[in-house]
Amino acid sequence: MIAFANLLERLVFTPGRNAKIALLRRYFATQPDPDRGIGLAAVTGELSFAAAKAGLIRDLAAAHTDPELFALSYDYVGDLAETVALMWPAANVNAPPPRLFEVVSTLTTAPKADLPRIVAAWLDASDASVRLALLKLITGGLRVGVSARLAKVALAEMSDGRVQPDDVEEVWHGLAPPYAELFAWIEGRADKPDPAEAPVFRPPMLAHPLEPGDFASLDPTALRAEWKWDGIRVQLVATNAGVRLYSRGAEDISAGFPEIVDAMHARAVLDGELLVIRDGIVAPFSELQQRLNRKTVTPKMMRDYPVAVRLYDILFDGTEDLRALPFDARRARLEAWYAKNRPPRMDLSELIPFASLEYLAILRDGARAASIEGLMLKRGDSPYVPGRPRGQWWKWKRDPLTIDAVLMYAQRGHGKRSSFYSDYTFGLWREGELVPVGKAYFGFTDEELLFLDKWIRNHTTARFGPVREVEKAMVLEVAFDAAQLSSRHKSGVALRFPRIARIRTDKPAADADRLEVLMRLVETAAVQA
Amino acid sequence: MAAEKVHIENMPHPETWLKVTPSGLFCEPGGFYVDPLRAVERAVVTHAHSDHARPGHQAVLATRETLAIMRTRMGEDQAGLSQQALAWGERVRVGEVDVWLEPAGHVLGSAQVAMEWQGSRAVVSGDYKRVPDPTTPGFVPIPCDVFVTEATFALPVFRHPKPEAEIARLLDSVDLFPERTHVVGCYSLGKCQRLVALLRAAGWDRPIYLHGAHVAICDTYAMLGVQLGDLRPATVAQKDALVGAIVLAPPSAIADRWARRLAEPVVCAASGWMRVRQRAKQGGVELPLVISDHADWDELLQTLEDVGAPEVWVTHGREEALIHAAGLRGIRGRALRLVGYGEEEA
Repeated sequence: MIAFANLLERLVFTPGRNAKIALLRRYFATQPDPDRGIGLAAVTGELSFAAAKAGLIRDLAAAHTDPELFALSYDYVGDLAETVALMWPAANVNAPPPRLFEVVSTLTTAPKADLPRIVAAWLDASDASVRLALLKLITGGLRVGVSARLAKVALAEMSDGRVQPDDVEEVWHGLAPPYAELFAWIEGRADKPDPAEAPVFRPPMLAHPLEPGDFASLDPTALRAEWKWDGIRVQLVATNAGVRLYSRGAEDISAGFPEIVDAMHARAVLDGELLVIRDGIVAPFSELQQRLNRKTVTPKMMRDYPVAVRLYDILFDGTEDLRALPFDARRARLEAWYAKNRPPRMDLSELIPFASLEYLAILRDGARAASIEGLMLKRGDSPYVPGRPRGQWWKWKRDPLTIDAVLMYAQRGHGKRSSFYSDYTFGLWREGELVPVGKAYFGFTDEELLFLDKWIRNHTTARFGPVREVEKAMVLEVAFDAAQLSSRHKSGVALRFPRIARIRTDKPAADADRLEVLMRLVETAAVQA
Repeated sequence: MAAEKVHIENMPHPETWLKVTPSGLFCEPGGFYVDPLRAVERAVVTHAHSDHARPGHQAVLATRETLAIMRTRMGEDQAGLSQQALAWGERVRVGEVDVWLEPAGHVLGSAQVAMEWQGSRAVVSGDYKRVPDPTTPGFVPIPCDVFVTEATFALPVFRHPKPEAEIARLLDSVDLFPERTHVVGCYSLGKCQRLVALLRAAGWDRPIYLHGAHVAICDTYAMLGVQLGDLRPATVAQKDALVGAIVLAPPSAIADRWARRLAEPVVCAASGWMRVRQRAKQGGVELPLVISDHADWDELLQTLEDVGAPEVWVTHGREEALIHAAGLRGIRGRALRLVGYGEEEA
């Protein structure tokens, strides 16, 4: 538990990806089974305990601390688990702190009535750092900023190149804590675990952005074109062992979209786009957003934001792996599968007929619906290869929209950027006042960042904690993919993927755009499916 | 350990002769202030942090070390027109009051001020800690009638871990990230030199690099006989030399423009405040080190017990919790609410 507590403490404060990987790697390499596997499950969010909850911690605090001192302390610290971890009275016990696997197995199996006594004994045997890890584990609030993907990258690095992160991905959802067979494989002591019939995630095939220089080398007859829909890319997996809906990042999102899981009867692995679709019309991304990042979903949410999957590809038909087939052959299999099964809440992504890239360019520029990001181009002979293989698939996003906005506030970045003011809030004019319309923290060059950082420091008019308000004198050209109505923003509008395109030192702030210019760019009407 | 305090019948209560004024705590029969908040005629100064040692007094009484550090920080002409150095335990009479100094263990030269008038004794501890510190003599409890204490970390959530364990965490990180520079935010007087001494004790004998703001006081410490080893300025030209090195800098510099000269810095901070995550996160700290020059909760309570005073006055900090805990122990508590302390460091 000490090593796990140290790991958590470092991860919580570490902003850098590589540093996090180094910390995870060392933890996995130095800790024994089964503790390290439990640690892996804990940081990737695979653990939860029904019996032990915040109420238990509150009761323990009440029984072991002076109520007035507890109230003053909680008020100061602001976090229940941390307050109790820090102020837990020192006990003279000789016992070592519990092992991580012992904690987890006890929390899973012990009768609820015994937990207060057991947890108190653990706290007595631990220091503040271990106590905090214990209490955060119990309440399920580790929040260490480690994605499941990052943990898999750290595991792959441990193998000295024999195993790639995507290999880990392929077996991951077929395994369970404490992952002994996974570690054995990573360390070269056993073969790759066989997920058999488990509904595991397959790493998806991704596209490269189409660059102007690519045109000359493209043969239109070898390419297939589809719309690039603005939803979230998903993988729908159905085997005899179950049905799962995964995000592109291998996160199991089945619980948030039960209607999709229910609609899947035939056995297959499908690649598609999750969208809110009403009467065949695709809604803007902001509507789908209402359904994202939820553990459960209410009937009302399901009625108000009806979701469906627009199918792009088929990876498995039954147990037959189709990934080595060319795109055209897979497409034929997908159409046949769809015709045979007719699953509700799914439709086929349409193939756009075209004769030349020029024609596609016109289509792309004309596509101004908020739910379309642009076009996808795929080679007809491309196999389904995990990752982002070169020269197979391209995304051809429509040209961004731009506005000239005024810099209003700036905030420092994180990690490497922690000494720079690199997060910019910008606004547009409305009746002589600036209204904030968005925030951007990329798009600029290193030189531009240095310039803006210096300008901000020299033109600060007020500070609010980490935020500086600046003179309303710097115009930024902001590029974005779409503008959508939003009730959550003061301006009433939200931007998709805003970034700083140019610094307009040549333009006086008074000449920046008015809010109504942006409102005219808002696209609410979607195209016919 | 100082001698037992003899209780005398009908002695005057310290509140009749030691008074809170806008300029700070005033000892009436002695005609002097302790750590006055503005320039006064006669001052007794516990230690050289700027919230306790203000410039421009006429006469200053303090330890030799405190006077030397004051001269370094504010210049000869601002550190008191007349300066009187007192050795540990040496008694002098100021006005009608006996005054002597005992170690407070906070920073080099830091003292508690003991005052006795007509058999009534009050001790102003200034800032203090109880854990051993290689750069300064340890705190000596003085039995008294009124003990005047700080309360910077007077909440039971503040229990500082062993400083050696925190230094081990720093060295472990240097080991794990050898290609990066570890920059530790720390106050220039006391914390900086203590970190150097702790690192030396842990076997770190490589050069330690300093921000310009830390150099002068380290020189003064060396002049006063505290050995700190090979210290070098962290100048712009040395980015390569700083790979794998430890750099000490003021807290304001560690995540700001100054730190850009460092190789992929791991931003660390050494302070008692690092105990609370939210405080540590606000400052953009990647490796918080809980190393404090102030007494933690247990030390504060232990000290109340050691000095045995029936009454405790709290100058600054989280007095509510300390007064509540003192009450549970049968000690009368009083909050002085001296505005102006606790501003420099922690």
